[in-house]
Amino acid sequence: MNKFLLGLLLVVVLIVCLVVWSLLPWYGAVAAAVLLALWLALTATGRRTLSVTGVGLATLRSRWGASSVIVIGIAGVVGVLVAMLAMGEGLQATLQGTGSADTAIVIRAGSQVESNSVLMHSDAVLIGQQPGVARDATGHPIASPEVLLAVSLPKNNGQDANLSVRGVGEEAWAVRPNVKIIAGRKFTPGTLELDVGKGVMAQFKGMAIGSDLQLGSQKWKIVGEFDSGDAFNSEIWADASTIGPVFHRGSSLSSVTVRLTSPSAFTVFKAALATNPQLKVDAETTHQYFADQAGGINKLIRWLGTTIAIIMAIGAIFGALNSMYAAVATRAREIATLRAVGFQGTPVVASVLLETMLLALAGGVLGAFVAWAVFGHFTASTSAGGGFSFTQMIFQFRVTPALLWTGIKWALAIGFIGGLFPAVRAARLPVTTALREL
Amino acid sequence: MNAAVAEVQANNGPLVQIRGLSKVYTRGKQKLEVLHHIDLDIARGDFFALMGPSGSGKTTLLNLIGGLDSPAQGSLTVGGKRIDTMGEGDLARWRAANVGFVFQFYNLMPGLTAQKNVELPLLLTRLSSAKRRQNAAIALQLVGLSDRASHKPSELSGGQQQRVAIARAIVSDPSLLVCDEPTGDLDRQSAEDVLGLLQRLNREHGKTIVMVTHDPKAAEYASHTLHLDKGTLVEHATVA
Amino acid sequence: MKYFHLVWSALMRRKTRTLFTMFSVLAAFLLFGMLDSVRTSFADAGHSVSGAHQLITMSKLGLGNQLPLSLQSRLEAVPGLTAVARVSWFGGIYQDPKNFFPNEAVSANYFAVQDAVVLPPDQLKAFQSTRDGAVVGATLAKRFGWKVGQQIPLEATIWPQKDGSNTWTFKLVGIFHARDASEKSIEGVMFFRWKYFDEARQFAQGSVGWYQTRVANPEHADQVATAIDALSKNSDHETKTVTANAFTASFISQLANIGLIVGAIMAAVFFTLILLTGNTMAQAVRERIPELAVLKTIGFSNRSVLLLVLAEAVLLVVIGGVAGMLLAAGVVGGLKAALGSQLPMAPVGGSIWGEALILMILIGVVVGVLPALRGMRLKIVDALAGR
Repeated sequence: MNKFLLGLLLVVVLIVCLVVWSLLPWYGAVAAAVLLALWLALTATGRRTLSVTGVGLATLRSRWGASSVIVIGIAGVVGVLVAMLAMGEGLQATLQGTGSADTAIVIRAGSQVESNSVLMHSDAVLIGQQPGVARDATGHPIASPEVLLAVSLPKNNGQDANLSVRGVGEEAWAVRPNVKIIAGRKFTPGTLELDVGKGVMAQFKGMAIGSDLQLGSQKWKIVGEFDSGDAFNSEIWADASTIGPVFHRGSSLSSVTVRLTSPSAFTVFKAALATNPQLKVDAETTHQYFADQAGGINKLIRWLGTTIAIIMAIGAIFGALNSMYAAVATRAREIATLRAVGFQGTPVVASVLLETMLLALAGGVLGAFVAWAVFGHFTASTSAGGGFSFTQMIFQFRVTPALLWTGIKWALAIGFIGGLFPAVRAARLPVTTALREL
Repeated sequence: MNAAVAEVQANNGPLVQIRGLSKVYTRGKQKLEVLHHIDLDIARGDFFALMGPSGSGKTTLLNLIGGLDSPAQGSLTVGGKRIDTMGEGDLARWRAANVGFVFQFYNLMPGLTAQKNVELPLLLTRLSSAKRRQNAAIALQLVGLSDRASHKPSELSGGQQQRVAIARAIVSDPSLLVCDEPTGDLDRQSAEDVLGLLQRLNREHGKTIVMVTHDPKAAEYASHTLHLDKGTLVEHATVA
Repeated sequence: MKYFHLVWSALMRRKTRTLFTMFSVLAAFLLFGMLDSVRTSFADAGHSVSGAHQLITMSKLGLGNQLPLSLQSRLEAVPGLTAVARVSWFGGIYQDPKNFFPNEAVSANYFAVQDAVVLPPDQLKAFQSTRDGAVVGATLAKRFGWKVGQQIPLEATIWPQKDGSNTWTFKLVGIFHARDASEKSIEGVMFFRWKYFDEARQFAQGSVGWYQTRVANPEHADQVATAIDALSKNSDHETKTVTANAFTASFISQLANIGLIVGAIMAAVFFTLILLTGNTMAQAVRERIPELAVLKTIGFSNRSVLLLVLAEAVLLVVIGGVAGMLLAAGVVGGLKAALGSQLPMAPVGGSIWGEALILMILIGVVVGVLPALRGMRLKIVDALAGR
């Protein structure tokens, strides 16, 4: 009965600790670490703990097989967790980092995404004249009529994938100052020239400045590479008036992106569009438009990654329990001797726990480091962009410091669970039987 | 010489015939000769005690006779078979059929019941499981532990464990029992029980027994005692 | 088999350690069962029986670019084709964009091509004779509680009506089922009449999203596809023709390299597992060296000792692994029951179990082989003397 109550108490303590730990911000953890260090350095019990832990760590070398189980097991969990989260984070960052609050995109009413939308040239002219649209030095509205098309091209792995081709005019560069030519030059309007996004350049076959690209019945020349640091890196840009006919789109458009006089002008702009009987369109700030497209995907990936990591963590916890029970068993005699000469329970419990957490920390750091080294600059792609064309969205995994910290937190939590029960076993070991053992 | 004649000769000669037997251990660069040119015959049906100070080579000699180790020089014939030239696999098969072992610390399988421990050597035979059970029960009865058949070793006293070990040693009916300090870990009463049992196996069942011991009282149960010192035979006494 | 109790008693020697190790194995195979179910579901999608009979002819520029209606009669003349159907992606929304499901305009003969579905004959007739008729899969009908005879309004995203309105209303005339459980995902699709769609849409009349055709002999699918693409070669409407299976496979490969992701995760999991279980086995054999020496003394051959330890390792992994796979089968079954057939998870069936069992035995052998060799090579004399 007594044993059962103790077990129950342990589980309650464990749950409370885990909940507090999962909510703890990084500075809270630093504070806890400082408190622990002070306790170890300043109190008598703390100093005893430190010396017992020292003895334990000194014997680590002879138990390296079992200890490495803890380190590698936890590194595996943290590595997979951080990699999965970095994927979701990367995808979200690419979409949420696209667009701004002072530009707006206009598409045909009800079409949801640009690739579904069809607008006429006359619509574009009308949209540019609405209140709230900024004008350049010569008094022309800064509005970019664009046509978004999808083309199937082979990727580096030889498989065909859909790619966004955006037909644009001069204004496209003006509404998106972050899109910069990093090699070559802008295409010349009216010619069969293309500029290719950085992501496309890296992921699709035969992309290089100066090389030819067959689109439909015509041969196009790649003359430049641009980098926007966002979703536009997954596109090819060409002159709207020359690319439209190749895709049998004539002069029809998909969207108009306008620069607003200020972010607050959006309300006026949207209201003016809604009340204009000649236009049946929807408008959103470009920031909102791309954030909507990210939708639930990062949430889904986070959910998947966490589920996988939890199952892995359960496996790792049992591995850690095995190793630490074995460690306590082989050190039973030494622990009993310490108890016999007067050491109390606390330093023994604390030292076993501390040792496990140190090994877990090593595992967490190792796992986080491997995830960072492998996936820190990893580029991947997925079908996104909505609509039926399902064009490729190219994005980079983002191993952020916050994710690394999440990984370490998980590692320490696993170490805590794996160390607590063996630690209590060590402290409750009857001194006399332990001394007789071996 | 046909097989029948060889059989008769083998049955009439000594069970164990040792000629010029030497054993050398190499520890690092040092060569250590533990047995030096031993000649020895052990007759069929003998109960033989090997005595001597520690390091005298008595356990080494016992291991050689039991086929656990191979000599450096000399010949070793047991039951008419040269075992010194056998390979590891042949030796294992030979041990299974011809030798029973009893150790100082019993060496029972802690996870198995007494019954299953005794059955262990029979797994290497072609006997059916019913027959294995039956033979093991007979062996346990012989050592007086039928009522402990379903106990694990941890539930038995030292003397009982050693008797289970003896049952295991005789269950496949070997002609030779090899015992290494069988009473070394037992109290006086248990030791006497075990020695009495060995004596009975020798006298009533005709088992040839070779026993290493450092206890003169234990040696008294044997029919012959042999002293080893620094790897050579010292005296060959016969107790009436 | 007669050695089984020996192996079992070795495992039960340290019950807690064995149990904990089995839990680790269980966790690993739970993950394997679930992830492999996802992988299989995506891999199987490109290997259906009905998909091998069907060809998809789309614009060479890529899906989403339209083909002319004039191609219909030329396709019908291609030898080896038994039926030619037209399809246009509609992309309509029912009440809320979150309710996404595929909906397509198809010609009246579509079900002569698409044999993955079973539609009662009277409902098929109704579909062919009703101008604004629509049929939906059973899963979809259940999801929104639709009954035959009711009107279903969809909001167009691509195709407004002639008057500029986005609202299209269809009359539900039939509910179909999947012919085979492995193609259950088609029960989440809605089909309606292409003729009605083409006449009522605002622009691009006479353009077709893609042609879906049925080949008489799947073995000739490649030749027929080449013949189809030759029809439009060097025109300004060049086509690309692939089997429906290849089309699905390409679609999935564009979504993500699921095999690679699952493979990478499982590699990390099994690497950790091998280390963990290997450590358990090493400990188990280390503390049992004297016992193994006794077995050899009694006359157990080197090979027997090797096999005993290997069997112990394999049994340890198989017990934990089978428990994990059973749990995975239960979880996948439960998720499918709760979240519907659209969930991309295949039932944990024969092939997944087969892979899992092979992995279990392989991992068992890998973690057992070093300790087993140690047990096999031990010198009896040294081991008995405690050296």
